[in-house]
Amino acid sequence: MKKPRLVLVGNGMAGVRTVEELLKLAPDLYDITVFGAEPHGNYNRILLSPVLSGEMKLPEIMLNDLDWYRDNGITLHAGKKVEKIDRIRRKVIATDGTEEAYDRLLLATGSTPFMPPIPGRDLPGVLAYRDIADTEAMIEAAQAHRHAVVIGGGLLGLEAANGLKLRGMDVTVVHLAGWLMERQLDQVSADMLQASLETRGLTFLLGKQTEAFVQGESGRVCAVRMKDGLEIPADLVVVAAGIRPNTTLAEAAGLHCSRGIVVNDTLQTFDPRIYAVGECVAHRGVAYGLVAPLFEQGKVAANHLANYGIARYGGSSVSTKLKVTGIDVFSAGNFTGNERTEEIVLHDRSSGVYKKLVIENERLIGAVLYGDTADSAWYFQLMRDGKDIRDIRDHLMFGQNHIGDVGHQGKSNAATLPDTFEVCGCNGVCKGTIVKAIKEKGLFSLDDVRKHTKASSSCGSCTGLVEQILASTVGGAYQAAESKTKPLCGCTEHTHAEVRRAIREQRLLSIAEAMHFMEWHTPDGCPTCRPALNYYIISTWPHEAKDDPQSRFINERAHANIQKDGTFSVVPRMWGGLTTPGELRRIADVAEKYAIPTVKVTGGQRIDLLGIKKADLPGVWADLGMPSGHAYGKSIRTVKTCVGSEHCRFGTQQSMSMGVDLEKMLYGMWAPHKVKLAVSGCPRNCAEAGIKDVGVIGVDSGWEIYVAGNGGIKTEVAQFLCKVKTREEAMEVTAAFLQLYREEGWYLERTVHYVQRVGLDHVKQAVVEDQEKRRALHARMLFALKDYEDPWRAAVEKPLVRREFEPIEV
Amino acid sequence: MTAALAKKITAAEWKTICALEDIPRLGSRVVKSRAGDIAVFRTADDQVFALHDKCPHKGGPLSQGIVHGRQVTCPLHGWKIGLEDGNAATPDIGCTKPFAVKVEGGQVLLAV
Repeated sequence: MKKPRLVLVGNGMAGVRTVEELLKLAPDLYDITVFGAEPHGNYNRILLSPVLSGEMKLPEIMLNDLDWYRDNGITLHAGKKVEKIDRIRRKVIATDGTEEAYDRLLLATGSTPFMPPIPGRDLPGVLAYRDIADTEAMIEAAQAHRHAVVIGGGLLGLEAANGLKLRGMDVTVVHLAGWLMERQLDQVSADMLQASLETRGLTFLLGKQTEAFVQGESGRVCAVRMKDGLEIPADLVVVAAGIRPNTTLAEAAGLHCSRGIVVNDTLQTFDPRIYAVGECVAHRGVAYGLVAPLFEQGKVAANHLANYGIARYGGSSVSTKLKVTGIDVFSAGNFTGNERTEEIVLHDRSSGVYKKLVIENERLIGAVLYGDTADSAWYFQLMRDGKDIRDIRDHLMFGQNHIGDVGHQGKSNAATLPDTFEVCGCNGVCKGTIVKAIKEKGLFSLDDVRKHTKASSSCGSCTGLVEQILASTVGGAYQAAESKTKPLCGCTEHTHAEVRRAIREQRLLSIAEAMHFMEWHTPDGCPTCRPALNYYIISTWPHEAKDDPQSRFINERAHANIQKDGTFSVVPRMWGGLTTPGELRRIADVAEKYAIPTVKVTGGQRIDLLGIKKADLPGVWADLGMPSGHAYGKSIRTVKTCVGSEHCRFGTQQSMSMGVDLEKMLYGMWAPHKVKLAVSGCPRNCAEAGIKDVGVIGVDSGWEIYVAGNGGIKTEVAQFLCKVKTREEAMEVTAAFLQLYREEGWYLERTVHYVQRVGLDHVKQAVVEDQEKRRALHARMLFALKDYEDPWRAAVEKPLVRREFEPIEV
Repeated sequence: MTAALAKKITAAEWKTICALEDIPRLGSRVVKSRAGDIAVFRTADDQVFALHDKCPHKGGPLSQGIVHGRQVTCPLHGWKIGLEDGNAATPDIGCTKPFAVKVEGGQVLLAV
């Protein structure tokens, strides 16, 4: 059967990205043909500025070379401009006569530079700044000539001016408005930017209108004359006075255009066979000139071209970054404010830092950063998420590191780090490796960088820094993922919250049911979603839903921790960290009998036996005769205790027996992530309860309970939840808090991140203030955990379970 | 497994290793052989595949990974290995050896 034909007009970033997205969804759906007016493959137009300034070379900015088109079976007509669309016969015709018929047509004709009607604009030496040819012409002119004038002090004009200056020309920027980049910056930051560019040798003429370009004796432009009579020498004039959506082709074909090709939320034009994406488009009256929204449009258009028909484009919020090396400028949203807004401003002129945050109704709605843009991605995220900033208001100005969830490595400004700086300590990835991958592979998202470099793919503590590197490398093309709408994984569009809700409301009792109901894209999920679904289902429907061992990570399937050589480690449970001579003797015997190479005391007051072959595990467990310590699970791990008033001369409460009771109550508790507790018998807190998921500290008059601490990747001190008089109350509060976390937490979200997300007030309300709710949570926890069977004993006694551990000999 | 690969294997080389039911769906079993450990996987649709039980990255035991679609994810560092050809999914590069395996009359046969 013949495939339907898809023709793309416009071989730029938006169009080709749409095709890439389409190939991901439906690789063999169409015969694809691409027309491009420029004689190249697809390149990263944003990086033309570094090419002009000599910091990058042309091959470095190619996104898809000719091989890519061939490998994907795409016919590329490079250097052929489409001049006509015949909508009746459904074909496009290029200037050289080439014709291609289409079943679906995708227009991505981009934009054209706006050339004001200034006399002399056709003279040799007067250029716009848009594509590779313009860039090459400017580089060439810089070698032969001396005086350059840039008309327009916006983003593009300044990048051009900076590039020409670095190429050795004397550059004057003529700008109509009172300050530079007036659409992105306020006057203070613009003045700082101007001063900084002036020290680099650029000259500025502000509030000046150009009257004419003057022709010299050679025929080439020789000067620029202002309305006020001033004349400045110019051998090269670059006009960067803005861009206009390129709608010529669409208009000639009778498609409705109004400041762009008008499209609906599915990127469809008024002709249902024709889609349009990119700078040529007007969506809800807005034409975007930055790359991030274009990629969002591409995703949606691809979804519809692939006949999925479910994605919608609702417009984008945009941010701007200036790509001039050594000058950091960022702006986003409404940065001028109005009578309802307030501003937080930091201005340090001598160190060249200016930050203005605009706030309305306790939400960040705009920002201008100059000099220090390390936190731009974070501010932008706050704006897009519409997050309430009341609680962080007093240190909002000082950035995310002062709020603290990017890990200790996020502290330095990504752009200034040397290439040899180790960004990801887990995988040994340096900044240079990341930057190289971003440039060579054309990466734009955190997920892409993770896949290609492994940076931030293990513990995740360097995520913030990797995002900063990404942002500083690709500039405006970087768009942080929206955390509120981030899907659980690539197999679904649904977020963790939506998945949890569906499982609860639709009574979904198995992974297969859940995937079917929520229309998973993959037949049996992936290693990210299956464990999450399994946890959500068994925690929502205890004793009804069946656990699926194949959807658990090996550690939880084998009830032991896999080690780098494929052997396992075994940690028997010692309630509250207490053991007996009998247990120790058995542990010693087991270690000798199975030639266990390493015996170690853990941080959680247990004994770890390391280097056990998988086949030996059931034997080890049978001989130990102790229950599983769950050192391997997203589950209750350990309750660490100090000696307490049983022995200690300072102790005020019996912390050991409290720890044992807590651990026995919680035995077998699966959770979104691992859960660690500690109980101290007095405020000296020898059990280090201040960095545990739940820390209980005995005082003379009762127990203090702290929650959401963490001693791992980033140390987080636990927050005070409440104080109770009796141990029964302490047990109830602990169980209620953990049950709330079990019901509301997202898979792989530790208590610290859960509480940061929902707020401590929400937790207090449910666990401390509302007695009824607390009792109900406590009861649900006890119900979920009743009749829990020790998995080690099951593996010893049940042949079907033991099969997991038995190899087959041939 | 391709028919071409199967044809080259003589009847004597096929060894019955277990019943299909002895391998859990989306799970695996380890076969100890002279050629080393071989991981035998069973997919959701009861297809059976066999790979050398060693991830091309750092030698992790693939048999212990999560099986999804036609891939297994190594338990050590999350490389995704194709069950059919043993190739690592892009952008990772590497390959582990596939073995011929088939199901006949409910029994799993492996060629070693």
